[in-house]
Amino acid sequence: MQLSLTPPRSASVLLSMTHPNKELFYRQRALLRRAVPAGFPSPADDYVGQRISLDEHLIGRRESTFFMRVAGDSMRGLGIFDGDLLVVDKALPATHGCVVIAVVDGEFTVKQLLCTPEGQVLRAAHPDYPDMHIKPEQDFTIWGVVSWNVHKH
Amino acid sequence: MIQKPVIRRAIALVDCNNFYVSCERLFRPDLEGRPVVILSNNDGCVVSRSQEVKDLGVPMAAPWFQLKDMAKKHGIIAFSSNYTLYADLSNRVMQLLSQFSPEQEVYSIDECFLELTGMKELTRYAEHMRSTLRQCVGIPVCVGIAASKTLAKLANHVAKKQPGYNGVCNFNDLPEDQLDALLDKISAGEIWGVGRRTSLRLQEMRITTALALKRAPTKRIRAEFGVVLERTVAELNGTACLELDEITPPRSQIICSRSFGVSVSNLPELEQAVIAYTSRAAEKLRSQHSLASCIQVSLRTNPHKPQEPQYQSAITVPLSAASDDTRLLCRAALSGLRHLYRSGYAYQKTGVMLSGIIAAAERPRTLFDDVAAQEKSSALMATLDQINRRMGSGTVQLLGEGIRKDWAMKQRNMSRRYTTELNELALAHA
Repeated sequence: MQLSLTPPRSASVLLSMTHPNKELFYRQRALLRRAVPAGFPSPADDYVGQRISLDEHLIGRRESTFFMRVAGDSMRGLGIFDGDLLVVDKALPATHGCVVIAVVDGEFTVKQLLCTPEGQVLRAAHPDYPDMHIKPEQDFTIWGVVSWNVHKH
Repeated sequence: MIQKPVIRRAIALVDCNNFYVSCERLFRPDLEGRPVVILSNNDGCVVSRSQEVKDLGVPMAAPWFQLKDMAKKHGIIAFSSNYTLYADLSNRVMQLLSQFSPEQEVYSIDECFLELTGMKELTRYAEHMRSTLRQCVGIPVCVGIAASKTLAKLANHVAKKQPGYNGVCNFNDLPEDQLDALLDKISAGEIWGVGRRTSLRLQEMRITTALALKRAPTKRIRAEFGVVLERTVAELNGTACLELDEITPPRSQIICSRSFGVSVSNLPELEQAVIAYTSRAAEKLRSQHSLASCIQVSLRTNPHKPQEPQYQSAITVPLSAASDDTRLLCRAALSGLRHLYRSGYAYQKTGVMLSGIIAAAERPRTLFDDVAAQEKSSALMATLDQINRRMGSGTVQLLGEGIRKDWAMKQRNMSRRYTTELNELALAHA
């Protein structure tokens, strides 16, 4: 029997057909596949780190994080484009300057929130879209705060 | 002498308001304030109602076809049940609530018990719970707190029904006479564990309210109804008899049965449905790390169409060895189905039930076990489950399940799976 870590496929198939004890064969093969430590240990062994996970990086609180899709180009100036993926955290406090998901007249809209002495303002990042001053009687709530947007190039 | 302070037991029941409707509204804010219902599988009956619909007098479980005129008149909006969405939001709610207590019993998709004994300012704590859930998941809840699970359920009922409480009712904070006055207004049938038949029998004994049952002589209750209701009486008197079950035991039966969207008469289509249901049941079986020893297949025509020929039957097929392999279970189920099938009937429903369930770790070894095949099967099933978890359920399925599925359930008004499918996200207008 050849003692290599990954026996050639054809040999393995042949063995499995000819080996008198199938179960023993599989166990032996499993043993062969495991790496055998030999020679000097890798100098990098002590420095193994966790590979970066975007999930962990972009999602602060799993329970309160939702994703949304952008439709429209009014936020271009802040680098938020049509079709982008938004990471929205409902738990974050909506403060002056945040990009928020607001509900205006029953619809989700993504805008920058400004808190002025005259009241809250939703500002687009595009010259063609005027500021929206929130009137007290208007149907308006802040649904969540946009923590990231993901843009495909 | 130093007296040990008596710590009063405090158990909270947190219940989501009109849970399925709240889930739909979270992603459809335009539905706020409008009458909304959620329909059961196959769009048959109402399973969740918004407050506006309750105010219109629509009862729970009302058949949808009877409501069509009313729906038109009042603009009631109906959704097919979107369990994928509800399950995800439920998990978020339960996860957040678990942070408020060292002990949690998830009682159903929309309610859980929390152990709060020894904690201070419970009413404020519960208000904080409510606002956290409202903010972080956007689901409104009510909290009832009391010295026993049965009382906590009633406290929740009060928190929900009486607007003065603002969604939180703490029985432990109320003086005895005020609590009794509240219990006097709740009918005995509302009490947790008092079914319709028990409440009728209680009525004969002139026990009609929760207060009356609380004051009922325990000996007589035990003699007439047994130890379970005696325990309920003790719980009403503030003695906790029921503990929080933190771990739900693995299910001893797994059932998957559904009505067809249209009646089905031919065997090939029935076979597709049976394979589909068996696949779902096998998935559940594997997710609780169990094996099944038997599979029962059932088949029936529509009993609500008496003018059509009627037939119904079921058969249990034992497996040669307990298994969780979709292919083996399907083979057994199909042999059962072929045994049951009679031509010339319009079938309305078929179902499968897995029983004789054992833990996979306790698989009995027999002389004829093919260990290699078993390992191969586990690896294949694990891969199948992993792909379907990652890429969406039904990505990989047995071909026998069919592609077109003409028999599948009617779900005409299903909303998007906003939280589990990347191509069904809510749109944010920019």
